[in-house]
Amino acid sequence: MVVASGKGGTGKTSMVSSFAALTNAVFADCDVDAPNLHLILKPEITEKMPYEGMEVARIDEGKCIKCGECERACRFNAIENFKVIEEKCEGCGVCPLVCPVDAITLHKRVNGIVYVADTRFGDFVYGILSPGEEASGKLVTMVRKKAQEIAEKKGKDLIVIDAPAGIGCPVISSIGGTDLAVIVAEPTMAAIHDMERILKVAEHFNVPTVVCINKYDINEEQSRKIEEYCREKGIEILGKIPFNKKFTEAMVEGKNIIEYDEELGKIIREIWNRVEKKLGERQKEKT
Amino acid sequence: MIITVASGKGGTGKTTVAVNLALAIEATLYDCDVEEPNANIFIKADLQKVDDVKLMNPVFDLQKCTFCKKCAEFCKYNAIAVLSSDVILFPELCSGCGGCKIVCPYDAISEGSRSIGEIYHGKNGIEIYQGVMNVGEARATPVVAKLKEYVKKDGISVLDAPPGNGCPVIETMHGSDFVILVTEPTPFGFHDFKIAYELAKKLDIPAGVVINRYGVGDDSVEKYCRDEGVDVLMKIPYSREIAELYSKGIPFASHIPEWRKKFQELYEVIG
Repeated sequence: MVVASGKGGTGKTSMVSSFAALTNAVFADCDVDAPNLHLILKPEITEKMPYEGMEVARIDEGKCIKCGECERACRFNAIENFKVIEEKCEGCGVCPLVCPVDAITLHKRVNGIVYVADTRFGDFVYGILSPGEEASGKLVTMVRKKAQEIAEKKGKDLIVIDAPAGIGCPVISSIGGTDLAVIVAEPTMAAIHDMERILKVAEHFNVPTVVCINKYDINEEQSRKIEEYCREKGIEILGKIPFNKKFTEAMVEGKNIIEYDEELGKIIREIWNRVEKKLGERQKEKT
Repeated sequence: MIITVASGKGGTGKTTVAVNLALAIEATLYDCDVEEPNANIFIKADLQKVDDVKLMNPVFDLQKCTFCKKCAEFCKYNAIAVLSSDVILFPELCSGCGGCKIVCPYDAISEGSRSIGEIYHGKNGIEIYQGVMNVGEARATPVVAKLKEYVKKDGISVLDAPPGNGCPVIETMHGSDFVILVTEPTPFGFHDFKIAYELAKKLDIPAGVVINRYGVGDDSVEKYCRDEGVDVLMKIPYSREIAELYSKGIPFASHIPEWRKKFQELYEVIG
């Protein structure tokens, strides 16, 4: 299952970190360009793998005759004045192809790291993309593969994925092929707009969805709009969580809300029970 | 002057700062969060489509194709599958690099294109441009690149960046004169702010910080800024009034006049 939202900052990671206390699954943080789950799970790293995503082109200045063929052929505007702008280079391989004097070669680069770890709640896999690197979707796939391997090895039948914000490349890689997407919504006009888009993405990739409304009491009128929207679309709402400063306090202490506050913890626990029920139904549908 | 508003972590208040700043100093606003564009919820301009974002796509001429597989072997994105009598393209994997067309020995590949997003423009008090990536597409960067073609050389432009620290964020920041990093004083906000700050440094763009929801969390962001010599440009306190205005899509500085002045002063400092 995956926890996603479209808009950032709606509470995905707070939710996932709480679920960690409630189930014996493998947890995977796929928000590789801004990972946060490890700040709560406090992993003890057991394995570390470099991630080589995309190669980068390099021009041999000694060989270069400054003909400009590479610059004209590059669709990513990654070559200027016979130099490669590394942040823009996709490693597609077109420039070595067009260079008449073989002055350009592709080189491997480390774009990030995948960590496997133990936590007080069990197994955890996360990836960190180097700032400004390309191809975060591929790193997400690597994190998910590793999580799958661990789940198989340890006989666990559930992986819980914390997805990034947005609806693009790393989000698609996080959602694709999952059995359930829990969408964390917030009762603001901006978050509702984004929720509608992430629901469409899930639909596009045939992933069933359920919705939780976080901070529902910030604007109850907007909360009702979310409920209406979901009713119309036949999407189940698994729970509503009130706004409470204790969520931030728990985060500052490096704890999830289950550990920090019994009353608020109870609300998340109830949501989790409904998620589990939903996952059970999905399991039956599949077999 | 081009000012990019970025953050690393999502939901820290990028759009809030970008919208209120643009309104206060009468700048042109560019919503570069093309996956989830929100700025016009606050500006409420009547948007008109001004451009399509197209990506080059190979088109295979099966009369000329000998199924030699050279194109598939070249493609770094695994976007082409060559069968015994057919060629299949996976368009969402294709980057549009054009390499397949160059390697084909039989001239069997021509250039087609497909739309992956749209650019909109409107005006309500200030001008706004917005990029929107189509749902189901993976590549936001070309949409941002297209949107940035509309950034004016004169006047002030405010760019609202997407969350994260990946390719679409770099595309947004590139060529900016200043980056405003919006963060919140929480462990998550602080962690992602540091990555975004590293990115601005890597791109050699001067940066300053706006701390949103000031008063919640802890003082780790302020301490870091003091130690690193990063200017804290503004602190926006956590307030139920601001949160409620946000939820209704109302820019708080147009509702609370003293904030309009504060955003003008912020611009004086960086401009």
